[in-house]
Amino acid sequence: MIVETMQLITQLAYVVSAALFIFGLKLLGSAATARKGNMLSSVGMLLAIVAALLDQGIVEFQWILLGFVVGGAIGAAAARLVQMTSMPEMVALFNGFGGMASLLVGAAALSTATGTFTLVTIVLSILIGGLTFTGSLIAWGKLSETIGSGAVMFRGQQVVNSLVVLGILASAVMFCLQPENPTWLYLVIGLSLLFGIMAVIPIGGADMPVVISLLNSYSGLAACAAGFAVNNNILIVAGSLVGASGIILTQIMCKAMNRSLSNVLFSGFGSVSTEETEIEGEIKPISVEDAYYVLEASSNVAIIPGYGMAVAQAQHVVKELTELLEKKGAEVNFGIHPVAGRMPGHMNVLLAEADVPYDQLLEMDDINPRMETVDVAIVIGANDVVNPAAREVESSPIYGMPVINVDSARTVFVLKRSMASGFAGIENPLFYKENTRMLFGDAKESIGGLIRELSG
Amino acid sequence: MEAVFLTFILMLSIFVGFELINKVPATLHTPLMSGANAISGITVVGAISLAGTGQHDLANWLGAAAVALATINVVGGYLVTDRMLAMFKKKGG
Repeated sequence: MIVETMQLITQLAYVVSAALFIFGLKLLGSAATARKGNMLSSVGMLLAIVAALLDQGIVEFQWILLGFVVGGAIGAAAARLVQMTSMPEMVALFNGFGGMASLLVGAAALSTATGTFTLVTIVLSILIGGLTFTGSLIAWGKLSETIGSGAVMFRGQQVVNSLVVLGILASAVMFCLQPENPTWLYLVIGLSLLFGIMAVIPIGGADMPVVISLLNSYSGLAACAAGFAVNNNILIVAGSLVGASGIILTQIMCKAMNRSLSNVLFSGFGSVSTEETEIEGEIKPISVEDAYYVLEASSNVAIIPGYGMAVAQAQHVVKELTELLEKKGAEVNFGIHPVAGRMPGHMNVLLAEADVPYDQLLEMDDINPRMETVDVAIVIGANDVVNPAAREVESSPIYGMPVINVDSARTVFVLKRSMASGFAGIENPLFYKENTRMLFGDAKESIGGLIRELSG
Repeated sequence: MEAVFLTFILMLSIFVGFELINKVPATLHTPLMSGANAISGITVVGAISLAGTGQHDLANWLGAAAVALATINVVGGYLVTDRMLAMFKKKGG
């Protein structure tokens, strides 16, 4: 009787915590309520954990407690210490841990598994969890530049990948047929870990927003599969919410690059062969002083940040520049391309860190119609997302990708380290346009120079 | 029947997820992602029951390790999301 009551309480608590997750995500739909939403979601999590601890099957708490202490300490320290510019690699790493946890739960559930359906779900949680783990580690390595961020391609890659997939399928089937033979289990684990590596190495650094969204989705789906394996509702609900969120972000990122998901995953962007196109015009460099004179006289300024702003840690000086321009009576807006940076919303977080109000950050579709009234568009460390070739040059590999049309502004300043072409080696005709001026040098120093001129 | 019932839940929550996330503005995509990441740490609930069996067999140790890994996700994910969201301010606010 007591056991049944306890089980009922646990299940009811799961219902409440599922509602809290859903309501929390709903509040995340607006910046004004988002913090409360995150809080609600964490209360839901706490409730689910307490409910799970009340489970009658638990006879021993010391290992659970140790897990809480170790995991909690690492998680809290990482959350406190991480720099906002390193957010993409941290999210990648956390995704990986989530995947590994689901793999372990799947493997551990084997000891009590009965029936083919449970075995299939165990295989799924090991497979998705495993590839999320190693895939995320590779993504982390690429994002933090621990390993090279370029696309790794080699001859016969497709063949190797196909063999790995076939191997996974074969060993998964064998595992379900002979669950008592551990060889198949080890094969499934090993091959899914290998598959995660193989899946992410051919993807270049600039495509990371897609990969990280996709891995986010996988970490949810892995939790979902683990939920099937241990027969737990709340895992399925929460896991599929995360899975859905990752899939939507993946779609948004792909759309923003005008590429299909399979193109991002399998093409290895860097290897696209480009036709040589003659670009007319010449590069016109500008000094900080001359740039200041132009800025002084302008009343409408748009700033378009890219990954280079994150690399140069320039978000705080950008904010300072914004304030000075506004003091002089100019209107300043930011144009944020969906794939600017290394993860969805990367630029927004950096600018929020620098105290730029979020209503000053405009999405691409909002800033483009205004671009013709802009006196100066300042491009900071962005390249492909402002490349007019996406509209004009049909042979360009990024043709068709929606971009921010900075070239319709009266004057464009491009802050760039040097003329070396971007990650994909795509020529940018913007640099040669009549109204473009190149401000060469470290973005942080160039903006610092402008600030000195403006406040002097 | 159990399998059908669980699949039912799966389908409904995927639909709810799509509806909810579609409304999140682009400016909040990074916090959304790290917040979702914290939610995916829900695996900890599955891991708890495996880590507390008192059996001291392989499954027990795997469960304990899974508790630790998923807790990193939960604690780190929620804290860092809160840290980020605290920075988002409205003009003049």
